Amino acid sequence: MFFYYCRLAWLSIRRNPVLSTLMMAAIALGIGAAMTTLTINYLMSANPIPGKSEQLFYVQLDSWDPNQPYAEPNEPPDQLTYRDATNLKEARQAKLQAAMTQSAAVIEPKELGKKPFMAYLRLTHNDFFELFEPPFLYGQGWSDEADKSGRLTIVLSKKTNDELFDGANSVGETITMMDREFEVVGVLDEWQLKPRFYDVTTGAFNSMEHGYVPFKLRETLEMPNSGNTNCWKSPDGEGFQAFLQSECINYQFWVQLDDADAEQDYMSFLNAYVEQQKQLGRFPRPLNNRLSDVMEWMENQQVVDDDAQVMFYLALMFLLVCLLNTVGLLLTKFVSKSGEIALRRAVGASRADLYWQHLVESALIGVGGGAGGLILAWLGLQGIKSLYGDNLAGLAELDLTLVAIGIVLAIVSSLLAGAYPTWRACRIPPASQLKTQ
Amino acid sequence: MLTMHNVSKVFRTDTVETTALQSFSLQVNEGDFVAVTGPSGSGKTTFLNIAGLLESFDDGEYKLDGHSVKNLNDKALSQLRNQKIGFIFQSFNLIPDLNLFDNVDVPLRYRKLNKAERKQRIEHSLEVVGLANRMKHLPSQLSGGQQQRVAIARALAGDPLFLLADEPTGNLDSKMADSVMSLLEDINKAGTTIVMVTHDLAQAERAQRHIQVLDGKVTEQDKQAAVVSPLRA
Repeated sequence: MFFYYCRLAWLSIRRNPVLSTLMMAAIALGIGAAMTTLTINYLMSANPIPGKSEQLFYVQLDSWDPNQPYAEPNEPPDQLTYRDATNLKEARQAKLQAAMTQSAAVIEPKELGKKPFMAYLRLTHNDFFELFEPPFLYGQGWSDEADKSGRLTIVLSKKTNDELFDGANSVGETITMMDREFEVVGVLDEWQLKPRFYDVTTGAFNSMEHGYVPFKLRETLEMPNSGNTNCWKSPDGEGFQAFLQSECINYQFWVQLDDADAEQDYMSFLNAYVEQQKQLGRFPRPLNNRLSDVMEWMENQQVVDDDAQVMFYLALMFLLVCLLNTVGLLLTKFVSKSGEIALRRAVGASRADLYWQHLVESALIGVGGGAGGLILAWLGLQGIKSLYGDNLAGLAELDLTLVAIGIVLAIVSSLLAGAYPTWRACRIPPASQLKTQ
Repeated sequence: MLTMHNVSKVFRTDTVETTALQSFSLQVNEGDFVAVTGPSGSGKTTFLNIAGLLESFDDGEYKLDGHSVKNLNDKALSQLRNQKIGFIFQSFNLIPDLNLFDNVDVPLRYRKLNKAERKQRIEHSLEVVGLANRMKHLPSQLSGGQQQRVAIARALAGDPLFLLADEPTGNLDSKMADSVMSLLEDINKAGTTIVMVTHDLAQAERAQRHIQVLDGKVTEQDKQAAVVSPLRA
């Protein structure tokens, strides 16, 4: 009977094209709005590294002002000082650990005709590549020795390699930055973490960096840092070294801890480290260190923007309004079919038969509305993309899961919208309708 | 086959009670062609609706094919309608989007018959009414008389125990009405029981039995009283 019902639904939709189009348009508008905001929320809150999100931990040490917490009620700073970042790296108490910060430099292409461009770089340790497992197209990360000495090496993103070397294997080649030659040791394949959780301070949804260079270069080349630098007291002295050794925070630190014991051990180490630093006159606040896995850290940093959530709830309410409109239109449509419904009752259709028939019709309208809604959602996301540009790179895209969710949401919505009109239609007394035809 | 004994039906609103049938008794036997006449509001359509299980009744007893229908649920009533009753309406009640084949197919769909059997029944019943060559036509492409023939084919396709016809010629001119009446007579002669409500006394006289209804009661019995007793429950 299902295919018979589908055929009847199609005929019914064709019979009242204007009414049917209005219903589909109402559902499409609601689904379009809901899917646009749902897509943003879904991708914002998605687990960016499902296989390892429970093994990767973000480190927070409370090195802040003794008179007030970094954030209420008693939150430790969201980044580390340079001194602590390098100390923790040198201690190597975790299986893998990497400090990092974002920097920028102008890359000067060697090929004539190509213009210099500003490149965002991530200063980090070589464990970065094992921690976050970016896919390599060519080569690999740099060595421990390069980390220690601050050798001028770089791992390029695919986009940068395409720009500089037309996509060829550039391992062993050099690029010019800051009047120095950096040796390319690796080239990544396409890689876009959504969100880019390892550094939410410079935009959780920004594009990935153009390249990755040893952390040591922050000190040896005095490379600038991007993002906010927060200090609760002024550096003790003048100059870059004094600034590096200050209590200013601008560094992220990630470790890999494979189990609860490792996590416990590392927390003990952090506490011991802070106690040791207290002996040196630092860390005036009570012990307040934190280890947060990926999802905890995203929650802590409110990666899913409150505004996005509010917009999502508003969109759901809009969908509800659209559905109420659809309920009204379906009532009109089904009441106009009361003669046919009565006839079907007379020749043997039970109420259940008619209920299913009209639910199938509602669902078919939902499929049409859902398809329209997905097109509107896509247009909405393109609009958001054009408004926010790189800030939402990779977010404003419908994937297969979202398309499936959109269709299911549309069908469920239309079934809900169709439930009452269908019930009403099946309750029409057939006798009165048959006589009045 | 169809036995009603002291059946009553009252329509109620908040302020008004209207007795449509009171102590209505009638028996229809296999092969009968019964015409039911009476003035407007006399209760003949209510009788037909109750007989066709489209309306419930308040008191009395109604047995269809020997079984009481009083306490049956919607599904059981629907099955009885589908398998034992064929309806013919004054305004044909064809579905405008469906061609003749699909219109006749409607009751068979709810019978859950397979495709081949449905096709055979549809073709046969359209042949009986003389429209086998117009299966793919839409109702709007037919005259009123032809549309009523399609409705008759639809009623016949399910091979029902009896046909209930509510003013089957009411929307037709005299020539077409005569043609439809002749068809009904042929169908009756072929063995199908027919109960027909009509205003037209001339047509009622063509039926084997003629019942008159007034104020919800049978007031005048069959011209073949010896054959049928209305109170033989």
